[in-house]
Amino acid sequence: MYRQDDIDAAFLADRTAEFRGQVMRRLAGELTEEQFKPLRLINGLYLQLHAYMLRIAIPYGTLNPTQLRTLARIARDYDRGYGHFTTRTNLQLHWIRLADAPDILDELAQVGLHAIQTSGNVVRNITADPYAGASADEIDDSRVWAEAIRQWSTLHPEFSYLPRKFKIAVTASPADRAATRIYDIGLRLYRDAEGELAFEVGVGGGLGRTPHLGATIRQRLPVRHLMSYLQAILRVYNLHGRRDNLHKARIKILVAQLGIEAFAREVDAEWEASDKAADLPLDELARIRAGFLPQGLTPLPAVSRRLEAAKADSRALARFARRNLAPHKVPGHAIVHISLKAIGATPGDCSAEQMETVASLAERYSQSEVRVAYDQNLILPHVRLDDVPEVFAGLEAAGLATPNIGLVSDIIACPGLDYCALANARAIPIAQEIARRFSDPVEAEAVGELKIKISGCINACGHHHVGHIGILGVDKKGEEFYQLTLGGSGGAPGEGEAAIGQILGPALPFARVAPAVGDLVAAYLAARQDGESFIDTVRRAGLAPFKAAVYADAHPL
Amino acid sequence: MPMLIRFEGGQARAAADPYQALDDADPLPVAGDVVVSLARLLTEGAALAARSGRLGVRLGPAEDVLALKPFAGRLDLIALELPKFRDGRAYSQARLARERLGFTGELRAVGEALVEQALILVRCGFDAVTPADGSAPEAWAAATRRYRHVYQRAADARDPASAERLRAPKVGQGA
Repeated sequence: MYRQDDIDAAFLADRTAEFRGQVMRRLAGELTEEQFKPLRLINGLYLQLHAYMLRIAIPYGTLNPTQLRTLARIARDYDRGYGHFTTRTNLQLHWIRLADAPDILDELAQVGLHAIQTSGNVVRNITADPYAGASADEIDDSRVWAEAIRQWSTLHPEFSYLPRKFKIAVTASPADRAATRIYDIGLRLYRDAEGELAFEVGVGGGLGRTPHLGATIRQRLPVRHLMSYLQAILRVYNLHGRRDNLHKARIKILVAQLGIEAFAREVDAEWEASDKAADLPLDELARIRAGFLPQGLTPLPAVSRRLEAAKADSRALARFARRNLAPHKVPGHAIVHISLKAIGATPGDCSAEQMETVASLAERYSQSEVRVAYDQNLILPHVRLDDVPEVFAGLEAAGLATPNIGLVSDIIACPGLDYCALANARAIPIAQEIARRFSDPVEAEAVGELKIKISGCINACGHHHVGHIGILGVDKKGEEFYQLTLGGSGGAPGEGEAAIGQILGPALPFARVAPAVGDLVAAYLAARQDGESFIDTVRRAGLAPFKAAVYADAHPL
Repeated sequence: MPMLIRFEGGQARAAADPYQALDDADPLPVAGDVVVSLARLLTEGAALAARSGRLGVRLGPAEDVLALKPFAGRLDLIALELPKFRDGRAYSQARLARERLGFTGELRAVGEALVEQALILVRCGFDAVTPADGSAPEAWAAATRRYRHVYQRAADARDPASAERLRAPKVGQGA
């Protein structure tokens, strides 16, 4: 993991001191809510339906056990004993008192965590590959680059008041597990014909009310020029992005209006005229990289006799191993997924006790590393196969061993109308209802990989556009309705190219959503050929059989 | 008249504003320091440059700072407008003026400039401001000194963390 130094620590201390002063001025009435709002937002503090919400950044989704225990303690001391992990690998605490916020940020700073730039029109938390450092197919550890960008973008003076929020994702593997095509900037690292590391730079992806997939503006950017090139993109956006309409202010709209070629020409002209002082010195890159060097895992036999024997004794362990393990680059090890989608639970919610369990397991069995993944689950990235039975037992005791990774009940959902002031409809109860419908693990496994993503409003925090089944909450004359989309994909391995889902038909009332998902699954099982996945069936067969299944007996809505 | 604050060497001082802001229709005074619009500078540049007083130009956020290139050596002041607290175009304009045009005169922030922006204004190359919130020079100076370290190069002279680390490679290997 990145090693925080004295400079980083001093910076966080200065930051929390500044925010403490601002909170005190607000509490004393010296700042109006209007004046205070942008100051609290850039420190991750939102005012929601019932209370303040603090969004804590988990940089590129990597945590150590000390940090996770601190999050647990904060959730217990200052909130209601749990937190909510988001698709942006942040942790949200939904019941915060304003007066406590400075103390919370101080406690976070003690362990190198913060809430800087988790809101506001700034560069947000950088996303990297959740398997970084553990996956055999990676060319480099994407977190090295994510950390370099994190530092460069932290309180960047020129880019603190962008037209709108700005999200960057980095992948360093041909398999895009970071969904880079739906980011404002998606960086894809590869080794070119000369063996040099280079980035393919994509711009203009994003979901929300006008979903776009990012387009490539530079096929080959030498890695040493990453920062000056990012500066050029952000400068063009800062100067020319729309500021007259909140809904047209993201970079995707500027790119669409100019056209990708014209946008690329503007960026290149700016980049060529700029001096390259913005670029990161190689020494600094090497210093960052040192923190992410491989942990010295010892190769072990690719098949663990111990695990195989335990699986033969326990159907539950065998199922967990089938669903929740991914291959590790070091033989005899696995990447272990921890599902935060127990049947009937709120997707992404994690209690303080569960966080502490995961911290202890990570310390003991996973090189003291935990990952927060885009799908609102956690990951122990470096587990010996021999240790999987103990890890499974520890997780199971904490209610964290649900064997449903990638299955129909592993649903992404935003907090929705249960918490969020922007939402039109509830998302969590829809997810719970669907999960209950598919609570039989044998049935869920027979259905196979199926990613359902639910957003409570058009802002699309639940990424419904890229769900194999997407569900969007809409308001119809004060009633909650849900629009279904089919065929979306974030571009992860096994789900083909990234794609925006297509609308299936008229929106459905609350009570019909889970049954409709049941109908869609039944239609898939009837239509599937040669064991193909749900998304592949949709791509082959089109929407027709699915429309027929959901709307066959529909009376006019 | 709004207060003018100038930054110099880590300090901020209230200063008298010698400039007269001219509307495009106002006749050119024979003497004295004037600030004109970009449009007027582009059409009357020769006459303006020939005057003896100091010359300033005021740009709106949508105007191209690189259009000042032919005048950069003659201009004494570039005033950049912040139409709203959250409109950040002036920061890019300022950096382009300093780093691309090599402008060394006074770079002034006008409009919705609040003390909370002090550090980023200075880092982007501004050395003067007319605060919209009536805040005092001391508050501005304190705000520019709030951070002991910064993470990126900008238009000011501050070294980013990466350069500090190079100078003192032993620092901070502890945590």
